[in-house]
Amino acid sequence: MILKHSFKTAVIGLKSHKSRSALTILGIVIGITAIILVMAVGRGAENLILDQIRGLGSRTIIIEPGREPQGPSSFAEFFTDSLKQKDVDTLLKPTNVQGIKELTPEVILVTTVSYGNESIRTNVIGSSYLMAKILDIYPDKGTYFTDEDIRQKASVVVIGSKIKEKLFGDSDAVGEKIKVKDRLYRVIGTLPQKGQVSLFNADDMVVLPYTTVQQYITGTNYFNSIIVQAESEEIVSRVVKEIKLTLRESHNIDDPEKDDFHITTQADAVERVKMITGILTILLVSVAAISLLVGGVGIMNIMLVSVTERTREIGLRKSLGATEKDIMQQFLFEAIILTAIGGVIGILLGAFFSFLTSLILSQIVSLGWAFSFPISAVLLGLGVSGFVGLVFGLYPARQASIKSPIEALRYE
Amino acid sequence: MVIIEVTNLEKTYVNDGVETHALRGVSFSVNSGEFIAIMGPSGSGKSTLLHILGFLDPHTGGEYKFDGKSITDYSKQEIAKVRNKKMGFIFQAFNLLARTTVLENVKLPLLYSDVPESKWNELALQAIESVGLSHRINHESSQLSGGEKQRVAIARALVNNPQVIFADEPTGNLDSKSGQVVMDIIQRLSEEQGRTVILITHETYTAEHAERIITMRDGQIESDKTVGQRHHAREQFIK
Repeated sequence: MILKHSFKTAVIGLKSHKSRSALTILGIVIGITAIILVMAVGRGAENLILDQIRGLGSRTIIIEPGREPQGPSSFAEFFTDSLKQKDVDTLLKPTNVQGIKELTPEVILVTTVSYGNESIRTNVIGSSYLMAKILDIYPDKGTYFTDEDIRQKASVVVIGSKIKEKLFGDSDAVGEKIKVKDRLYRVIGTLPQKGQVSLFNADDMVVLPYTTVQQYITGTNYFNSIIVQAESEEIVSRVVKEIKLTLRESHNIDDPEKDDFHITTQADAVERVKMITGILTILLVSVAAISLLVGGVGIMNIMLVSVTERTREIGLRKSLGATEKDIMQQFLFEAIILTAIGGVIGILLGAFFSFLTSLILSQIVSLGWAFSFPISAVLLGLGVSGFVGLVFGLYPARQASIKSPIEALRYE
Repeated sequence: MVIIEVTNLEKTYVNDGVETHALRGVSFSVNSGEFIAIMGPSGSGKSTLLHILGFLDPHTGGEYKFDGKSITDYSKQEIAKVRNKKMGFIFQAFNLLARTTVLENVKLPLLYSDVPESKWNELALQAIESVGLSHRINHESSQLSGGEKQRVAIARALVNNPQVIFADEPTGNLDSKSGQVVMDIIQRLSEEQGRTVILITHETYTAEHAERIITMRDGQIESDKTVGQRHHAREQFIK
């Protein structure tokens, strides 16, 4: 029999058993939709987090005091005072570390900011102009403070969009004086809306010269971190190594185990997040795999029943001159058609629901949740349901086709 | 010319270790164009014999030559081809495809033949006309009466112009009037078209439409006689 006729016969066979065909397709659709949806959401989450981290730039190196936290017990080591102005000066000497483009110390605390009767608790960040560069956020009104302001410990402040909104509403903030903790500072710039960048919520913060924060707000002489911008991405690991050597030398540390600082790069953070989302994805995929399995069992059941039920038909076709090959071809086509239709519907539905989910999630978390459509999920879903359809469609068909026609015709 | 020749044919079924001897050494031959009825009570082995003759079931002993060639010398492909080209089957239970039209049912054997597709409709319509069902072409098989179903089955058996027609109790599920119509068609296949017809029945009256009756009992041939006074289905109509 010519392939075209096998195909036609398969189509006729499927059409004359509409509800059975529909149920098989449904099984495939559910499996594929589920796995695409789950994998798309997993991928979307990973991309979102990675984008957040990459937002800081791949050339960024963060030096923090204390040993790298190994767990809850070493939490206290986070709050050490090992990074001071002396370290900043040492690191800036090209003879010590080569390839540092820029560098800024950072002092972070949470305190009350107020204007008139309005007051709000927010993140107060002591930093330099580099902060604006790294977060890629520049004042839309007014200006940022300069290196001169840092040297002079000027009483100036740049405020995030949410703070401006809360304290000033629609009226202009630049030039006004706000109170941070218990001292007045002049607002010299307001930042546009930006949202979350890495760990910073750029809308919910005020930025002052780090020297000012140390002098008037914290009263300390150490930093929460030093942020270094390397000249290029390629040299990051060398710069990290040189920073470590320099700091160990100036801190008189012989044993790297006893470092009183630790360094994080974007690459590290990306690695770590990938690992976490990877585990998460495996978890989600196993859930989806179960729905795929359930779909597969559905396909299997219907295929088994349908072929068994059609043993008589197979016997009849053979008695009229069909060869085993003809019979196998017909059932192969039936399985392929069902899988293809189910696959296409499943892919469309999967894409639709993933898209819908990304819309809803970006509303809820108010972040740019990128819609992503994993091809691997499509292949996995199609592969599994196709495989199940073929095996459980063809195996009983094969069993029936090798029977003698009369045996098959007599089958009850 | 001898078309079917069986010598000492045996068939033994093994079910759960228990052997059943359905045929115990059957020998006879059929000439081309002959109309033979095989009779016998149930369990006599007549259906088993027909299935073996029709290549639907393998035998377990003796020899069966179809068209001068032993069945053991036919390959699987050739067996399928013989079933398709040279044999036509009419079953007691009709065995039509459900939810399929008369036309499609009759076309079914053509699907597995080497007849070009352009001729399928013409051949199928001819076969349907010869059983007088031209007005039912687009009806689904489930919408037909028993007699009509059997006539569709006959049209399907004829569509590839086979040499031999095997009919397994073709009137067994029909009322006597429909049975007459079916027997008339079968008789004409033999007389007007010169086809070899092998008919199975347990009714003497139906058997007497044939030229020759082989009677079976317990897997063996009891008698093999020429029919003296043949019935003619057509005459029954006129009465």
